[in-house]
Amino acid sequence: MAFAAFASTAAPPTDAPPRRRSKVALLLLLPGILYLVLFFLAPLVSLILTSLQAPSEFGDIGMYSYAFRWENYVAVIEQYWPHILRSFGYALIATVLALAFSYPLAYFIGVTARRWPLLQSLMLVLVIAPFFISFLLRTLAWKQILSDESFLVTSLKAVSLLAPDAHLTGTAFSVIFGLTYNFIPFMTLPLYTTLERLDLRYLEAGNDLYASGFHTFRTVTIPLSMPGIVAGTLLTFIPAAGDYINASRDFLGGADTQMIGNVIEANFLVLLNYPAAAALSIILMTVILVMVGVYVKRSGTEELL
Amino acid sequence: MSSGAFADRGADLELVGIQKRFPGFTAIEHLDLVIPAGSFFALLGPSGCGKTTTLRLVAGLEDPTDGRILIGGQDVTTQKAYQRPVNTVFQSYALFPHMTVLENVAFGLRRRKIADALGKAHEALRLVELDHLAARKPVQLSGGQQQRVALARAIVNRPALLLLDEPLGALDLKLRRQMQLELKTIQEEVGLTFLHVTHDQEEAMTMADTIAVMNKGRIEQMGAPEQLYELPKTTFVANFLGQSNLFTGPVVGETSAAIAVDIAGRSIVVPKTRSHRHAGGVTIGVRPEKLTLHRDKPTLDAGSNVMGPGRVTDVSFTGVSTQYLVTVPGVGVLIVFEQNRSFGPVEGEGDEVWVTWNVEHGFGLDDDPVAPDPKFVADTTTKSIAAQRRAALVTELEEA
Repeated sequence: MAFAAFASTAAPPTDAPPRRRSKVALLLLLPGILYLVLFFLAPLVSLILTSLQAPSEFGDIGMYSYAFRWENYVAVIEQYWPHILRSFGYALIATVLALAFSYPLAYFIGVTARRWPLLQSLMLVLVIAPFFISFLLRTLAWKQILSDESFLVTSLKAVSLLAPDAHLTGTAFSVIFGLTYNFIPFMTLPLYTTLERLDLRYLEAGNDLYASGFHTFRTVTIPLSMPGIVAGTLLTFIPAAGDYINASRDFLGGADTQMIGNVIEANFLVLLNYPAAAALSIILMTVILVMVGVYVKRSGTEELL
Repeated sequence: MSSGAFADRGADLELVGIQKRFPGFTAIEHLDLVIPAGSFFALLGPSGCGKTTTLRLVAGLEDPTDGRILIGGQDVTTQKAYQRPVNTVFQSYALFPHMTVLENVAFGLRRRKIADALGKAHEALRLVELDHLAARKPVQLSGGQQQRVALARAIVNRPALLLLDEPLGALDLKLRRQMQLELKTIQEEVGLTFLHVTHDQEEAMTMADTIAVMNKGRIEQMGAPEQLYELPKTTFVANFLGQSNLFTGPVVGETSAAIAVDIAGRSIVVPKTRSHRHAGGVTIGVRPEKLTLHRDKPTLDAGSNVMGPGRVTDVSFTGVSTQYLVTVPGVGVLIVFEQNRSFGPVEGEGDEVWVTWNVEHGFGLDDDPVAPDPKFVADTTTKSIAAQRRAALVTELEEA
């Protein structure tokens, strides 16, 4: 399945012993199965049921009863399609930017820095270091840095790179910037793990067979690091599409940058329109599953994993 | 290399004053070498002697610290690997794991935009008898098959110069023989220049028409296999290519055709044409299979040298031949190979024997007869041979 893409270190089980379908194996699996049923399957069923609910006939606001109101889906798509499109658009741009930033970084750490193990470890620590601070705080810090009174914005205005009445916060730029920034480690680490194992002798073979550095990169290095690219883009794209912190008005977003996550949050917590929120969640999940499925199939990484 | 065209024949390779230093050590001190077009040239030496570095310099995967590299008369020293008319069969094969066998073989052709790349790739795969596996991925092939794909991937480009980096190292004996034959056939068919790097003297001798023995970043001796074997120039060559019985002593007599060397009181005669030095202290030697054992004291004749009496201290039966160790007082241990013409070993341990050999079979080395390098003193007891064989097997298993 698509999520096998995450298991980039899994070795092909060519000489694994034949499977034994014993009771012991079933017993060992039981806690995991129970956990999944309890905390994944049950909430999912509940979410689907909620998404089909109708308002109670004599109830207050936020009172719903079970029904089969599939019109909920049509209604939320009609009302929120700009947010849905914007979410996937922002997530896509952020993923591409994060990849463009992380690939050279991961290549440097995993390939160029091989000769200096100390530098390699240091750079890895630096990639992971932001995790030591809550990402809410980091995003708030960026809000400060990008705010209208900040040194950055006043300087940009002083040299006329920014119009006098322009803002950085509350724009698509700051939201995509925040998404890119926050997910760079999730992109860099899987890329690093595949590039770190890249056998440089393949690159020599490419050079020997008349391929220049650029051609070798395109025809050998990129295909061989595809598992890392797939894992990194999935780890970035999926959470970024559903993210509601960066786009929130309290952080880097504004009224025109609301993403599907913000809409779901508002419907659940402010408007108390549970069926609409649930329907949006299901739509988000389905679209991501389909996109990821197509992506993994098309990138042809199944056999490299 | 210009795109769209094959090299129409093999090219000369010329290395002029090549030196290669890495941080901390010198891999190649000073190397001058000319390999004529169309020849099968082997660089033979122990690991760490600089032979693989030489190959990588020619391929363009390393830059020389000093010196020039010419292929077909053209200076390629500053050219990148992908610009040189050279292809390599890597020791690890380095087949691209994400491509099929066919795509691997067609890779170089496509890069050079040669017409009908797939057709030519199929043709090359037919040559190594693997066309039926063209759609497979390299991991689905056995080691021997991968090796043949690597070979097809290199020769399909018709390089002026084909580099082979211990290409048969990982194969079992039968496959090795097959591949050796195949390589020779291919060379005869397409007329490429082959540069073959190996530490296996047998492989080098069966394949190459010229062998250069390398040691510590220098070429010790270069020549046809039989020339190197029959007339080694240095102690290193005498012991690295097969085994030798070496003796050191002063020249005590000289005729127009031969010199006589005093070895522990015995006068041993070596033809002048087969000795590099004709005066002073010399090291002389003879190959173990040239020796004959005698139970009775042989009568002296002018055509042969005699050593003895000595005692047989070790007998090891290897099937086709028997190896005897004969200890001669004052001289040391001699190795003698005898063909098993009758059944089993002829002599037993402890027997008193004399050893003779034809004067024409001796050779005199060019080395200064100093105390032999302890590394190359032949330790040829069965125990040490067993230990060496075991070590070789262990490394072979580890590599596999």
